[in-house]
Amino acid sequence: MAKNSDNNRRKFMATTLQSVGLTALGGLLWSGYSDEAKASPLVLRPPAALPEDDFLKACIKCGLCAEACRNRDSNKDRDGNPRPSTLQMAKGGEHKLIGTPFFVPTDVPCYMCDDIPCVPVCPSGALDEASVTNEKGELDINMARMGLAVVHKESCVAFWGLQCDACYRACPLLDEAITLEYHKNERTGKHAFLLPVVHSDVCTGCGLCEKACVTEEPAIFVLPVEYATGKAGTHYVKGWDTQDQNRLKDAKEIHTVTERSEKEAADYLNMEVEY
Amino acid sequence: MALNRREFLKSAAAASAASAVGIAVPSNLEAAASDAQKDWRWDKAACRFCGTGCGIMLATKNGKIVAVKGDPAAPVNRGLNCIKGYFNAKIMYGADRLKTPLLRMNDKGEFDKHGKFRPVSWKRAFDEMEKHAKRALKESGPEGVAVFASGQYTVMEGYAAQKMMKGGFRSNAIDPNARHCMASAVVGFYQTFGVDEPSGCYDDIEITDTIVTWGSNMAEMHPILWSRVSDRKLSNPDKVKIVNIQTYTHRTCDIGDINIIFSPQTDLAIWNYIAHEIVYNHPEAIDWDFVKENIVFTAGPVNIGYGMRRAGEKSLKDGKYTAKEMEIIKKEMSKKVSAKEAPALKPYGYKEGDVMKNTPGTLKHWMISFEEYKKSLEPFTLDYVAKIAKGDPNESIDSFKKKLKALADLYIEKDRKVVSFWTMGMNQHTRGTWVNTLSYNVHFLLNKQALPGNGAFSLTGQPSACGTAREVGTFAHRLPADMMVKNPKHRAITEKKWQIPAGTLNPVGNQHIMKIHRDIEDGVVKFAWVNVCNPYQDSASASHWIKAAREMDNFIVTSDGYPGISAKVSDLVLPSAMIYEKWGAYGNAERRTQHWRQQVLPVGDAMSDTWQWVEFSKRFTVKDLWGPYTLRNGKKLPDVRKDAKKLGYNDDTTMYEILFANDRAKKYKIDLNKFPQKGFDNSECLGDSRNVVGSDGKVFKGYGFMIHEYLFEEYAWFGRGHGHDLAPFEVYHKVRGLKWPVVDGKETQWRFNVKYDPYAAKAAKAAGSKSTHAFYGPLAKKLPHGDLKGVKDKKKTSLKNKAKIFARPYMDPPEMPDANYDTWLCTGRVLEHWHSGTMTMRVPELFRAVPEALCYMNPKDAKEKGVKRGELVWVESRRGKVKARVETRGRNRPPQGLVFVPWFDEKVFINKVCLDATCPMSKQTDYKKCAVKIYKA
Repeated sequence: MAKNSDNNRRKFMATTLQSVGLTALGGLLWSGYSDEAKASPLVLRPPAALPEDDFLKACIKCGLCAEACRNRDSNKDRDGNPRPSTLQMAKGGEHKLIGTPFFVPTDVPCYMCDDIPCVPVCPSGALDEASVTNEKGELDINMARMGLAVVHKESCVAFWGLQCDACYRACPLLDEAITLEYHKNERTGKHAFLLPVVHSDVCTGCGLCEKACVTEEPAIFVLPVEYATGKAGTHYVKGWDTQDQNRLKDAKEIHTVTERSEKEAADYLNMEVEY
Repeated sequence: MALNRREFLKSAAAASAASAVGIAVPSNLEAAASDAQKDWRWDKAACRFCGTGCGIMLATKNGKIVAVKGDPAAPVNRGLNCIKGYFNAKIMYGADRLKTPLLRMNDKGEFDKHGKFRPVSWKRAFDEMEKHAKRALKESGPEGVAVFASGQYTVMEGYAAQKMMKGGFRSNAIDPNARHCMASAVVGFYQTFGVDEPSGCYDDIEITDTIVTWGSNMAEMHPILWSRVSDRKLSNPDKVKIVNIQTYTHRTCDIGDINIIFSPQTDLAIWNYIAHEIVYNHPEAIDWDFVKENIVFTAGPVNIGYGMRRAGEKSLKDGKYTAKEMEIIKKEMSKKVSAKEAPALKPYGYKEGDVMKNTPGTLKHWMISFEEYKKSLEPFTLDYVAKIAKGDPNESIDSFKKKLKALADLYIEKDRKVVSFWTMGMNQHTRGTWVNTLSYNVHFLLNKQALPGNGAFSLTGQPSACGTAREVGTFAHRLPADMMVKNPKHRAITEKKWQIPAGTLNPVGNQHIMKIHRDIEDGVVKFAWVNVCNPYQDSASASHWIKAAREMDNFIVTSDGYPGISAKVSDLVLPSAMIYEKWGAYGNAERRTQHWRQQVLPVGDAMSDTWQWVEFSKRFTVKDLWGPYTLRNGKKLPDVRKDAKKLGYNDDTTMYEILFANDRAKKYKIDLNKFPQKGFDNSECLGDSRNVVGSDGKVFKGYGFMIHEYLFEEYAWFGRGHGHDLAPFEVYHKVRGLKWPVVDGKETQWRFNVKYDPYAAKAAKAAGSKSTHAFYGPLAKKLPHGDLKGVKDKKKTSLKNKAKIFARPYMDPPEMPDANYDTWLCTGRVLEHWHSGTMTMRVPELFRAVPEALCYMNPKDAKEKGVKRGELVWVESRRGKVKARVETRGRNRPPQGLVFVPWFDEKVFINKVCLDATCPMSKQTDYKKCAVKIYKA
């Protein structure tokens, strides 16, 4: 996991200024010159970020989101000074597209501010306010999908039977995004496993779980949603779940080809059978 | 050949799998497996942390602990641990371990209370301690020398400290942090059973049908027991019910069938409601055969105050308390009966608006009739109790009533087994003793106590609150094995065993932990020594005690592994060996005693608290300590120097020779060729390769006898044959702990039950009783008679072998939210951190998981107060204020009107805000309720 500890104020300002300067030159132009134009795809973006390709096109690297994150009231230390903030602007050597905002949960996770200060300030639409606005027209951070937490069962000590659930207790959507599954521990005969289970329909990818995980390298970690999820086809829906039919709205006409079926039927039939 | 970790694991796994199926392992791989493990030594120990008492195994390599595993053979945890236990291997190696004594000094190298801490030798440290302790003794007598003791002492440390304090200094001013943790449970046990500690054990969990938690977040505070509760629920989800009763929603509520949120302090009313439901509406549920045979009904005074300072005390007269503080403290002397409590107090002769004159807390009680007891329950109807007890303003009264009724029904249901668990919610309570005894009432009426799967059970917080604080008796009023300093017979037994003159022991044992703080503030205690605890962080009204320590003429010493608030406010800091750096024993909540051997040498020049006490004892002679004294209350301690001569001592015989290095002690030999000593370090008895320069300026070479075994065996002698039997020292090194009383090599699961407890069988037989139970505890077993208002017939009747049901009402706590301070504050712990965080805040993973204490608040309250999640607020009471970050989504979900703030974080020093009101009977502080206001910082 890349460690980003350059969080002091001076460096932050320098980065921001650099980004602003570069924006004037044109971000895309700059990224063309960068070694890191092909950034790591595993980067976590701010709440409400467009899908990565669109986001990279839209982000003007102005740094306003990171500044809002840093200067929010809930980011003050006891003396009233800003703490290291969640959102960072990528610098050279970080394998991220330079000048774009990102966060690393093991450094500073997203605290899921109710007023989401980083989003409305975005001037370019790279952070899409509508995607975190509910039916009542209120900002709702629970709608954010910055990533998805994934549990690695082999290193998660809860799966060994230990009583941990540090991730569960750290989750701002406790009992919704992470729930505990209880199983009997047949080996001891009198204890239960309390296993963390992430619910992808609720998890916002804030990373508080990853930050709280007590193993040497976190056994629960956040990946961009597209890297953390699979997808079942639309040709089959759960017969016991009427909601599942909603997936059919994306359904396409079915047309299949395999190696076995690629030839026209007549061509196949006209081939001799070996005997 | 160096192996990296992954390769090691791979080859170890391959080797074991291969040998299991008899495959020949290539010789180079076989060598790799044994190479990697060859210098690891595995040995058993107990977990350092809570009262659960999990067994662990420690791997040491090159004199350092390298790994830990849960002990699969340990009955409590069968190889599992929680995440504090998971980090036992890391707790001793924090970067800022204390390695050398540190004294506040000026530039001339003299002690200076305003000086900076600088390293000194052990000799210099003991020179200063000796000087200041002697001065304190001269100026204030034995009451001027005090010790903040611990429920985390090993048995031997606690016994050594107790012996030197009570036998040497003749001071009973030794009281543990366990006072803050389970003193109310103790007085509850004494009052109900006549003897301390629970009747049941953890096996109840697997047998019971119902688990009711009262003020106990078991899921975070006793995680391994909680996993046993969870397993019990899984094994029969329809039959097994879990009910949780608390003032805010927490993790334990996750699998509750019923979760009851009550208004702070009204647990008193809820217990009485259940009893009311039994007595008035389900009288057929009372097991009269059991009750008539085994139970008497009792009552005591209700105007007992709140354990705060009383008028006339020096610091009050000196104006050290502000007008705001006095608004609450004045209730100690008298209070007005409120509308809320008036109905409950009516049977005791009070009505709304009456002024109740309080006398200092008393343990006095007398027998009453069942009819009188019934009268005391009369007010506790469902309507009254629901009205005062509903804790969530957003819950409907009907929903709350339904829950209360369902709760009572579960208790009452015939043949349903019920276990009631509680922790700090019922103990840290200004009526903690009352609410403890009320729990037994319900279980007794239904004959659901001291039976497998049935009983009220106090879950202890600390790893040896039972084993050391209680069983050894490191309390101001106690001696080993349930004996009391005020009982002349008990003092005589102890004096004889310790071979000290008759009359040496001080009969006045009133300096409980808050009294020690207050006595420092009053200028009486001038020398105080902190052992294995953090009293300057963990005591309520903290600013007072810190100010007294820093600004008054006294000498405060702290022995610790790491620097915390207590060390910071001290004058001298001593580096202590931590748990696995010494031989030791702990006793857990189910009476299980567990021993371990010294696994590694201490870091730096650290030495165990046992060693520190024994070295300190070398500095004091018969003539220094055993002359005459007059105590504050006028009582005289006799001059026992002459009698000391009759015992063969002279004026210059040291306490070391009398109490520790005597002939009895020297019979416990060092034998490095024999189990359990073979192959293990023993820094106290042999010195060690560090060649620590000791208290006399010379390299410490050891006492030359097995002091750990001596201290343990001498202590164990007090309980053997008295219902408190412990097995021999050596046995504990072979087994995974035993639940006392251990009789004929067998442990006891259910005390007072004739079938399981040999002492109960013996008592019943002696009494010619056919009863299933014998409550043989000896304390307060002759009582006068009376009614709810007082004693009517002073003639005392024996109630041998009987337990007590107490009539006890609901009463308000001294401080409740009002217009200025509109919110309840409740404090407590989190799973990740132990107590004041001196150990766990140094484990990087635990620090990272929970780096700061948060103020858990209801989102609606946050909105009303104009604060957002993550923002800093002031939490302010009449005593002080702290800044804390607001959390509205977290693991703890308070109802509107209440906030929860954990106390582990010294930066969120919540004990500056808390009130030092206590249960006036147990003297245990109520950390669970005071009134605060919250506003944006």
